[in-house]
Order: sequence, then structure tokens, then C-alpha cells
Amino acid sequence: MSRSKTDIRIRPSVGKRICKSLPYYGLILLPLIYLLLFKYYPMLGIQIAFKKYKAKLGIWGSPWVGLKYFNDFFSSATAGTIIWNTFSLSLYYLVASFPFPIILAIALNECRSRKFQKVTQMVTYMPYFISTVVLVSMILQFTDISNGFVNQIIRRLGGKPINFMGTVGYFRSLYVWTGVWQSMGYSAIVYLAALTGVPQELYEAAKVDGASKLRRIVSIDIPYIAPTILTLFILNTGSILSIGFEKIYLMQNSINTPVSEVISTYVYKMGVQNGNFSFSTAVGLFNSLVNLFMLLVVNTLSKKLTDVSVL
Amino acid sequence: MSEKRILRRQGHVYETREDRVFNVIVALILILAIAIVAYPLIYVVSASFSSTDAVMAGRVWLLPVDLSLKAYETVFKYQEIMTGYKNALIYTISGTAVSLVMTTLCAFCLSRKDFYGRKVVGFMVLFTMIFNAGLVPNYLLINNTLKWGDTIWALIIPNCMNAWYVILMRSYFENSIPNELFEAGEIDGCSPLRQLLNIAIPLSGPIIAVIALYSAVGIWNSYYDALVYIRRKEMYPLQLVLRNILILNSMDMSVTADLRDMASRQGMSHLLKYAVIVVSSLPLLLMYPFVQKYFVKGIMVGGVKG
Repeated sequence: MSRSKTDIRIRPSVGKRICKSLPYYGLILLPLIYLLLFKYYPMLGIQIAFKKYKAKLGIWGSPWVGLKYFNDFFSSATAGTIIWNTFSLSLYYLVASFPFPIILAIALNECRSRKFQKVTQMVTYMPYFISTVVLVSMILQFTDISNGFVNQIIRRLGGKPINFMGTVGYFRSLYVWTGVWQSMGYSAIVYLAALTGVPQELYEAAKVDGASKLRRIVSIDIPYIAPTILTLFILNTGSILSIGFEKIYLMQNSINTPVSEVISTYVYKMGVQNGNFSFSTAVGLFNSLVNLFMLLVVNTLSKKLTDVSVL
Repeated sequence: MSEKRILRRQGHVYETREDRVFNVIVALILILAIAIVAYPLIYVVSASFSSTDAVMAGRVWLLPVDLSLKAYETVFKYQEIMTGYKNALIYTISGTAVSLVMTTLCAFCLSRKDFYGRKVVGFMVLFTMIFNAGLVPNYLLINNTLKWGDTIWALIIPNCMNAWYVILMRSYFENSIPNELFEAGEIDGCSPLRQLLNIAIPLSGPIIAVIALYSAVGIWNSYYDALVYIRRKEMYPLQLVLRNILILNSMDMSVTADLRDMASRQGMSHLLKYAVIVVSSLPLLLMYPFVQKYFVKGIMVGGVKG
């Protein structure tokens, strides 16, 4: 009797627990093989950033060259431009895309008519389903110098048609604001979800105290969704140098490359198109490490200041 | 009329003037949001149903002008688009199926407390979210080591288990299915596999729908993997075909050969692009109203659990 009592208190031995988990190992086998082969094995391939990769010798047999490729990259004239392009475009997007989903979510939350709310939500999510190729082609079509409707409007108003895609200065704004257009409704959902969790009593108490609606938003809604805002902000900062390849690559043309060449497009061109595998891996690794570093810094800061963290 | 308004106001807590102004502003913001988002979409659809002349002359503003199906007739005769469509359907359906199986298996194991090693595997999944080997090492593995270039495997296997979906599904298993059900199953001698098939999956309709939807949209809309790994044109998914037509402007001119002069050909190719956009986005937009409920729910699950 007393033995079985101690058995309950003591955790089962490791061997026993493994034995009991055997059926789980059968279930997790495929996902585990997947993780090891497609996520972790390629990490070993990162070593070619420090090697002079030759297809014949393979990843393991190629000779070490130390930091040669990092030096090549950082001493090249393009490095500064590319890093700046990536950073400035990300930052522009981060700042521009931040307020709109929050405003939309608050407006949706304040909307009295359920039907109107539903319709607005449904319409504003729709662009999320449009592929990058289609979005970029819509930009090209709309801003077409002769047939695009944007230029038709400009002409009708007596202005001169503008070659948006053929002017370096418009690239960033086109990229960012079409992105805001596409993601606004989708991003608003998270905030809306957070807003529906606000306790009703808070509103009632505020009403009794005579707070106006605007006052309730400022003093109840915004503080309530602040952790959500911060969490998303941390995650976004972590990817500040990993701005998506797909859209920029499609929007690139010979005129806008001075501002539109970013790290991801450069890595693609150097690696897959030109076959400079080692150089491209070095640039990619630099990119990943900066991202990881940024994520950790912002996460630590936020943890210290506000107790919100994602890791 | 005025009496009615007074009555209504008495029914509610008294609204200040400031509050009424506020309501108007809220309505204006929402109307503005609808207009900005919907107008470009409506324009594309209307233009695609209009005649070339009307679009070129800028007579299309909101609704189709000189209703014409010419652009669509041409699109459906365009062989490359139809092949791309078929390929994209195959890739999307098989990719979504693989992704669902892998995500469910992984999420289920991670949600069970008696699975020895869940912390290690959980960390392995999480870590892929914050660090990735990068393009070239993946390319060397898939293209050179596995020799998966120009095969369907390169498109559906390397990204078949998204860490975010695993976390989403795991939190659903943990929070939305009563643990007592699993315990009861265990007492009755259910193996974990039986628990997964007979308890977890039948109760997970919404989350399965959400992840199927996300995966399908992701695969249908992506062109990156195909750009990197697929060289043979007859294997191109729709998005890559679209890229050639819409962005690189390499349209097969034989489809507009029956038009005589250069100007009308140019106009037709402009118009054709609108029709191509509509046709390629149609499957997702048709699916959208049916899955919208789940779509929102999924993000809510993720959003609430952070």
C-alpha cells in the first residue's frame, strides 16, 4: 500500500515515459523527418557562406575561405544601397501600415448596424485573396501611361499623364500604399478580436461617468488593445530586413532598381540566377542574423518596459 | 417623424451632440474604407466586360460600357492559361492535403501532455519561425541533392508544414476540446492514433477549414517556388503564366491575330489583362463567401491566444 502511494508522487522514470509515448513517436515521425530534412539539414548548408562552393566537391568538400564573401559584400558599392533600400522600404511600410487597421477595427467596433459592419468587413478582407502577381499587374494596368484609369483621370483634370512605374521616386510609395490597401482589412481582424474582449462593465462605468465616445476609445479601447499592438509590432520589427521577395521582384524594372533592389531580390539574382552560391548564402545569412538580432532586441526592450513579449 | 426621433432617443442613454458627430465620423470612415477597397476591384470587373474602345477612351467608370464578352472568349482559347489553371488546381489540392495531414499530426502530438519530448519538438517547430537557412541552402538541397527540379514535389513538400498553423491548431486542440474526452478514450483503451481520428479530428472542423483555406490560398497565389524550381513551361502553375502575360508582357500574339491594326491589338491586350485577372482570381473569390466565417474565426483563435 505505502509503495503505491510513493509511486503516485514520484514521476514515472524516463524509460517508462518514453515507453508510454511510443505511439506518439509513430505519429510524429513524418513531421519530425520533415523538420530535420527541410528545416534543419539546410542550416548545415549555411557553411558554404564560409567556403568556396564547388558543385563537384559538394557542401562538405569545398575549401574554407573564412569571411571572404562577407568582405566582398560589405566592400562592394552595392551593399550600402541594398541594405538602405531594404531598411527604408520596410520602415516606410511598417509606419504607414500601422494606424489604418487599428482605425478600421475601432470604427467597426463602434458601428451600430450589424449588417453594415458585416459588409465592411467582407469587402475589406477581399484584397487578401488577390495574388501578388494580380496585384502588381493591377498597379501596372491602372498606372499605364496611355490607357490606365489613373492617368485618364489626370488627363481629364487637365494634368499631364505621369509615368508612375517609370519614375524612381514613385516606387516606394506605390509599393507601400498598395500594400496597405491589400492588408488593411485582414490586419484589422486581430484588433477587432481584441476589442470584442473589452469587458462591457468598463463602457457602462464610463457612460455613467459621462465619458464621450471618443473619450471611451482613448481611455478604454486603446489601452486594452495595446498589448496586441505591441506584439504585432515586435513580430514586424523582427522581419524588418526580410521584406517579401514576391511583390518587389515583380515591380522591379530597369528604371527603379536603384531603389527597388533589396536583399531578398539580390540574393535570388546572385544565387539562383548567377550561380554565386557562396556569396549569396553569405548575404542571406547576414540578413537572417540581423532579423534575429532585431527580434531579440525589441522583444527584450518590450519585456522590460511593458511586460509584453513573444518569445 | 420628429416625434419618432424623440422617442428613440428617450429609449437610449442620452446622446450628446459630440456623440452624434462621432457616429457620423465612424460611418464615414467605414464608407471610405469600402469605397477605396472596392473601387479598383469593381473597375477591373467592369473593364473586362466592356468593349475595347470604351476602355481605351476612358468611358468606363463604374459599370461595364458596351457590354462585350470578347476578352473572355479570347482568354478561354488561350492554351497556356488553361494549362496553368489545371496545374495550379493539382498543386493546390495535393499541397493542401499534405499540409493538413502534417500539421494535424504535429499539432496533435504537441498538444498531448503525456508525449515525452513535446518540449523539444515544440521548440524545433518554433525555431523555424525565427531562423531560416535561406534561399541557397534550400535550393541546393531540393534542386541538387534531391533532384526535385521540374517535379511537383518541389512545390508541395518543402513548405508543407507551416509553424504558425501548427501553433494555431495545437492551441485549438488544447483549449477547445475538453481534456476529459481524451481521458475517457484512454481509459477505454484508445491508442493515440484512435484518439486523433475518433475524438480530435471530428471536433476540429473549424480549425481544419481555416488551415485548409490558408494553405490553399497560399499555394494558389504563390509563384516563388515555381519560379525557382520549375523550368518546363507545361508545368507552370497559373501564377507563373500570369506573370509572363501580365507583367512581362509576353502575350502570345496569335490570340489577337484577327485584329487588323496595331492600336486595336494594343487595346485588346490591355483589355485581355483585365479578363485574365478576373478569371484567375475567380476560384478564391467564389469560395470566399462560404469560408468567410471560418476565415475570421481562425484569425480570432490565433489573435486571442497571441
